[in-house]
Amino acid sequence: MERQIALIAVFAALIAALGLMPTLMLASGVPISAQSLGVMLCGTVLGATRGGLAALLFVVLVALGLPLLAGGRGGLGAFASPTVGFIVGFPIAAFTTGYIMEQTRRLPVGVAAAVAAAVGGIIVLYIFGIAGFMLVLQRGLLETIGILGVYIPGDLIKVVLTALITAGLLRARPGSVLSRQS
Amino acid sequence: MISLTSPVETAAHHWPAGRKLALLCGATLVLFAVQSLGLQALILCGVVVLYALPGVQFAKAGAARLRVLWPFVLLIIVWHAVIGDLAGGLALVLRMLSAVALANLVTMTTRLSDMMGVMRWMLAPLARLGFPVRRAELAAALMIRFAPVLAEKGRLLTLAWHARSARRPGWRVLIPFAVVAIDDAEHVAEALRARGGI
Repeated sequence: MERQIALIAVFAALIAALGLMPTLMLASGVPISAQSLGVMLCGTVLGATRGGLAALLFVVLVALGLPLLAGGRGGLGAFASPTVGFIVGFPIAAFTTGYIMEQTRRLPVGVAAAVAAAVGGIIVLYIFGIAGFMLVLQRGLLETIGILGVYIPGDLIKVVLTALITAGLLRARPGSVLSRQS
Repeated sequence: MISLTSPVETAAHHWPAGRKLALLCGATLVLFAVQSLGLQALILCGVVVLYALPGVQFAKAGAARLRVLWPFVLLIIVWHAVIGDLAGGLALVLRMLSAVALANLVTMTTRLSDMMGVMRWMLAPLARLGFPVRRAELAAALMIRFAPVLAEKGRLLTLAWHARSARRPGWRVLIPFAVVAIDDAEHVAEALRARGGI
């Protein structure tokens, strides 16, 4: 129990710490932050329930007023801004990623992590992100997809990174990758 | 960890956090119900007055926190200008600014401990159904402590990288970073168990 709580807390902190890392610029000039990489890792390393709880803990502490979002943002204002859907979607994205990870134990860990992160961290997360964007800015579905679509290449990079990091962790600390424990 | 509460003491710092959150919910509902541009402009003026009351420093800090919205403001204005509905675009932008500014106002005038009090009050009914409130609180406290520690360890890893390579630290730093995080968690878990566990 102590171990699970500590791992949940540390992965919630990992989402925050990755958000503080300097943002990378793609060749197209679109900034990408590493924050959703943390969400993907919550799922691929901790599994569905614990990964989802870690992301939920992160979101709750942002709402309580800690500056944990990329660029030091946070507080209730983040839940009224156009990107609210992405924040609210973090726990569900992490849960889905973890669930797929747990269902694909027979696949090599890198492949399983890539598939899980792509479905959970991109498809599921964008469903929430797009819905929030449409709601706050009153855009149509296609317009919203057109606007938010510029971030997809950055997210694909994060999917590859998630696969590499998860595989690396399984080699370095096999006992701590809870999604691969029987 | 530094929270987003404003160091400038305002009268609202002493209001009950629950009341401020209820007011915010009400205000946000009104904002989304109002369609007219004139009313939205009036509301935003009111919000600006609220920010100005505690003084220049407070207002400046508040304005800085809205900076992240400017790309969206620009996007909406240009978009609506192109389709010939500038008034609609302006109303949308004013509403977004008011909504985010009001929510930020609650965060800026409420201490983390007060927000946690509201959280505990909201979780009380769940606690009776068996929700492990104390474990959740422990996880929250651990995370608040872990976040700056991890950020510092990440900084040290990039420093170590710079000592060995002339190139920028790439994604390769991330695996040791995750390993460090997991090791920290295992050590803390061991320490918790050694102190009697949960």
